[in-house]
Amino acid sequence: MDTMPKWADVLLVPLISILIAFFFSGLVILAIGENPVEAIGVMIEGSLTSSYGWGYTLYYTTNFIFTGLAVSVAFQARMFNIGGEGQAMIGGLGVALVCLAIPWPHWTLALPSALLGGALFGALWAAIPAYLQAARGSHIVITTIMFNFIAFSVLNYLLVNVLKPQGSMDPASATFPPGAELPRFSEILGIFGIPFSSAPPVNVSFFVAILACFLVWLLMWRTRLGYEIRAFGHSQTGAVYAGISPFRITMIAMLISGGLAGAMAINNVMGESQRLVMNAVEGAGFIGIAVALMGRSHPVGVFLAALLFGFLYQGGAELSLWTNIPRELIVVIQALVILFTGALDNMVRMPVERAFLARKRRQERKPSPKPERKPAE
Amino acid sequence: MALDTETSGRPSPAAPDASAPAIELRGISKSFGPVQANKDISIRVMPGTIHGIIGENGAGKSTLMSILYGFYKADAGEIFINGQKTEIPDSQAAIRAGIGMVFQHFKLVENFTVLENVILGVEDGPMLRPSLSKARSALKSLAKEYELNVDPDAVIQDLSVGHQQRVEILKALYRQAQILILDEPTGVLTPAEADQLFRILARLKEEGKTIVLITHKLREIMDTTDTVSVMRRGEMTATVTTAGTSPEELAELMVGRKVLLEIDKKPAKPGKRVLEVENLRVVDSAGVERLKGVSLHVAAGEILGIAGVAGNGQTELLEVLGGIQKGTGTVRINGEEIDLSGKYSDARTRRHRGIAHVPEDRQREGLIMDFFAWENSCFGYHDDPAYNRGLLTDNDAIRRDAEKKIEKYDIRPTNCWQTAKNFSGGNQQKLVVAREMERDPELLLVGQPTRGVDIGAIEFIHRQIIALRDAGRAVLLVSVELDEIMSMSDRIAVMFDGRIMGERLPSETDERELGLLMAGVDSVPDGVSEAEAIERNLDRAARGS
Amino acid sequence: MDVLIPVLDTTIRLAIPLLFACLAGLFSERAGIFDIGLEGKMLAAAFFSAAFAAITGSVWLGLLAGIAASVALSAIHGIASITFRGNQLISGVAINFLAAGLTVLIAQDWFQQGGRTPSLVGGARFESIELPFAEALSGVPIFGQIYADLISGHTILVYVGFLCVPLTWWVLFRTRFGLRLRAVGENPAAVDTAGISVYALRYAAVGICGILCGLAGAYLATGLQAGFVKDMSSGRGYIALAALIFAKWRPWYALYATMLFGFLQALSLRPDVVQTILQFRVPVQFLDALPYVLTVIILAGFVGKAIPPKAGGAHYVKER
Repeated sequence: MDTMPKWADVLLVPLISILIAFFFSGLVILAIGENPVEAIGVMIEGSLTSSYGWGYTLYYTTNFIFTGLAVSVAFQARMFNIGGEGQAMIGGLGVALVCLAIPWPHWTLALPSALLGGALFGALWAAIPAYLQAARGSHIVITTIMFNFIAFSVLNYLLVNVLKPQGSMDPASATFPPGAELPRFSEILGIFGIPFSSAPPVNVSFFVAILACFLVWLLMWRTRLGYEIRAFGHSQTGAVYAGISPFRITMIAMLISGGLAGAMAINNVMGESQRLVMNAVEGAGFIGIAVALMGRSHPVGVFLAALLFGFLYQGGAELSLWTNIPRELIVVIQALVILFTGALDNMVRMPVERAFLARKRRQERKPSPKPERKPAE
Repeated sequence: MALDTETSGRPSPAAPDASAPAIELRGISKSFGPVQANKDISIRVMPGTIHGIIGENGAGKSTLMSILYGFYKADAGEIFINGQKTEIPDSQAAIRAGIGMVFQHFKLVENFTVLENVILGVEDGPMLRPSLSKARSALKSLAKEYELNVDPDAVIQDLSVGHQQRVEILKALYRQAQILILDEPTGVLTPAEADQLFRILARLKEEGKTIVLITHKLREIMDTTDTVSVMRRGEMTATVTTAGTSPEELAELMVGRKVLLEIDKKPAKPGKRVLEVENLRVVDSAGVERLKGVSLHVAAGEILGIAGVAGNGQTELLEVLGGIQKGTGTVRINGEEIDLSGKYSDARTRRHRGIAHVPEDRQREGLIMDFFAWENSCFGYHDDPAYNRGLLTDNDAIRRDAEKKIEKYDIRPTNCWQTAKNFSGGNQQKLVVAREMERDPELLLVGQPTRGVDIGAIEFIHRQIIALRDAGRAVLLVSVELDEIMSMSDRIAVMFDGRIMGERLPSETDERELGLLMAGVDSVPDGVSEAEAIERNLDRAARGS
Repeated sequence: MDVLIPVLDTTIRLAIPLLFACLAGLFSERAGIFDIGLEGKMLAAAFFSAAFAAITGSVWLGLLAGIAASVALSAIHGIASITFRGNQLISGVAINFLAAGLTVLIAQDWFQQGGRTPSLVGGARFESIELPFAEALSGVPIFGQIYADLISGHTILVYVGFLCVPLTWWVLFRTRFGLRLRAVGENPAAVDTAGISVYALRYAAVGICGILCGLAGAYLATGLQAGFVKDMSSGRGYIALAALIFAKWRPWYALYATMLFGFLQALSLRPDVVQTILQFRVPVQFLDALPYVLTVIILAGFVGKAIPPKAGGAHYVKER
């Protein structure tokens, strides 16, 4: 028996969970001696009131859309891909290699190639944990976390020993050729005569991210593969009964997931820093987990959640500039969102269900005919 | 097979207060959310008797007994044990009140020994060693008294199902239960094992214990109980003495209308062989051989019924044929071999070869419970070109098709956007049956088609299967319900321990003969009773041949 | 010998936090609760023990504070997993992030040193303990050296850690509580129908897990090192999980498994030793990654199949 309408299930419960998460975040801010209301003020001021703020917000949003989609696709197959951080790092490697390989004449050629490179490398980095889960049952959560650490070492080694240009002290690659520069919002909107700050690195990747949202939606709900991934995510035994190969779905879902995380690199490596540096991903892979959970693994939800976290991230950066609140506050908020929308979901769901049930009972004045009942099996 | 009924109705002289009922429930009600499982139930069970509770699946029998065992708290009503009002807020209180319960799905820790399972919860103090030795001697005397022989150091997962059930009974007796509740105890037993169980229950009854038997099997009620209560849709519709009623009357009380216990079917007209199985072997993931060389065949226009207690290889048989499990041997469909272990041994290829499969477990296999009805209506056939347009799925076409099926098979509610978990068991099964049958398959595999299904849907599904057979298709029917096998099949094959013990025609055999085959006995050696022959066979099988 | 003993000495020091965390996970998983949050609990315990030790000057008060922090996070995990039947993996991940963020936040607020505690000195640290006769025996070849340099001279938590192994075994296999705990991880319904509270058992397991993680973290910050720095647990909680699977959820195997990982970590600190043994230079990044790579190899099952407690990760709901 559906005890609450679909809209409550999809919107109301997550919304209440998020509000609780923010409430506790406010308590944390209070506990370290700052004023939450003031803090929110600084955050809004710094992220939503100027094109400078919006630019950075949307730049971060782009990152989180990619990583959020990555986690959500894996999650549809009931796999918890914590390795987005490492996959994005290695994706960055792929983007860098493509951009540095030839002197690109124009970004319209460089972008798709780099996108492919980043996605390929990200998928490759997810392939080993995927294979181990599919073929040997190794827990993907632990293996992907391990691969995050290994990615750090690999990248460090490559940047220090292989990709670093001669005579440089930075563990970073060479700068990409000018033909591989992505147009920023200031340029794009400048074509229409709309003024936009040129400081924030938000670039054309934002639109690629939106396209990715649409494509993921299409994949999951309008193709056979998506049907199979979702079915498998719900019931592995059912999938086998229907002729869906668990091995194939595990691999494909994780490869797509890793690919999406790796694709993020066009935004930060190609669009922002224009070279490969050590801490390029800066926690985006982990925020993707919060985004996917908050967005209920649906592309529309992921987009909205990514937007919210983009605001939080930029707001958090502003906070650390103007107040004593370190950037780690964002990590705390991210943790609380994951906790309340993910693990403590029932804490909100059960009272809401009871409320709807009570309302339904009040509405039924006459004793109803015997209701359809669930079988006791 | 009828038990000696001369002692029925007379309370045992050992009962303290011979006039008070051992159990009395007054006005018990319980709801789970919007579903009311028990509505104002009142029952009296006299001490030293065997009382049956019968009803369809979902009637509320298990809920009622769970309340008695302290598992759930009733919303309203009172419980009296031996005439005294008793509060049973949890299982500890129930155990203290002398109530023991043997559940349908055993509550045993599989990798513990028998001893460890028996003492769990009633250990004698914080250290284990003294509890274990105390239990060991207690078990020895209980075994002697009631014929409940089990090796105390055996690990549960190595025991046969019948022996595991004995451990459950021993648990209750070790806790000094005077009232024993058994919930569908014979679902996993052969007819002969069931007989043994009822002999044990009779001994317990002689000792003055009170027994409540929950079952949906009319014959068990008629043969073993003194009194019986009938439950329907959460209410107690009647309580009668067994001697004064009949299976037909009980069935009618269960369902509320006259029920046809016999199926109306024309004689079969078998054609050429559709399914040929030769020497099929299956080894499971733990390396245990589950099918040990099975050979059978099914012709067009015929129903082959596979009888047997669950766990004797029938599941593996269906799984191999359905493409879920790998095997070795030879299987032919319409003369052409199918791949049993290679690249083409999956369920999709089976479907392309014209094999449809109504699985034994609709919730874990046949349906995706969180998918909508229309998404489930193409499950397994989702790559059919009719459901797709190029790279994308044609959801409108799928939904139109789903609505047609819902109408034809009278599935309720008729909303194709309802998720599968919100349909009743019978309607869920009809969803699966509709999907598989509408493919007009060459061969239909059916496993436990009516488990957990209400009588109306049972009749419907049986009619559909017969219609398919009359249209010239082959049907392989697996069921643990002997009644179903006997009434539906044109030929019967009995499975035991991964082998076919024998094939019979329904007209030329009876339950007793089938029961012996189901227990692995195709001939009883001289000087040995039937019961003993069965016991030995089971021990041999459990030790692993 | 001159090279081996220092390396083994480091091995023991590095293995102890892994051992505590591994035993913590053992109790939790044997009762059916997956705990991927060992990392976060260890980190939180590390910070709070160092912080309180720095403020009060007493390492014992620090230890208590560290255990309290870890138990608090365990309680959150318990409430989410047991009472609210939430996804145990998500809860664990959330706790890890929570610890990572809160520790730096609070450290900055209390000490203004960029997210770390001040270095610990004197009574705010665990001191090495010299076992009796260590000085006298140090002259004896081989055994005296082993006694004096390897076995003696650790901080007290190291010895406590070793003791926890037989203690864990004894609790799990010789007591009523241990029987029930193992039962609830295999078939909670069996425990429930026997009239014992599944919730109480699981909360107890989660609580024990919190205490042991607290010891792990406190040792890290006040025994192994002298203060808290950001992210100082660096994956030890996950390595402990791999060790747990490697050890097939058994206490004594857990000891061997964590020793192995400790050895690898010790090696990564001595690239010169590795170079001497292997005769070529191994990049430092490779050595750093070694424990994580080994974890993956173990999880890939190349060291045998491991069967976890049957009811692990699944919620317990009374059958209808």
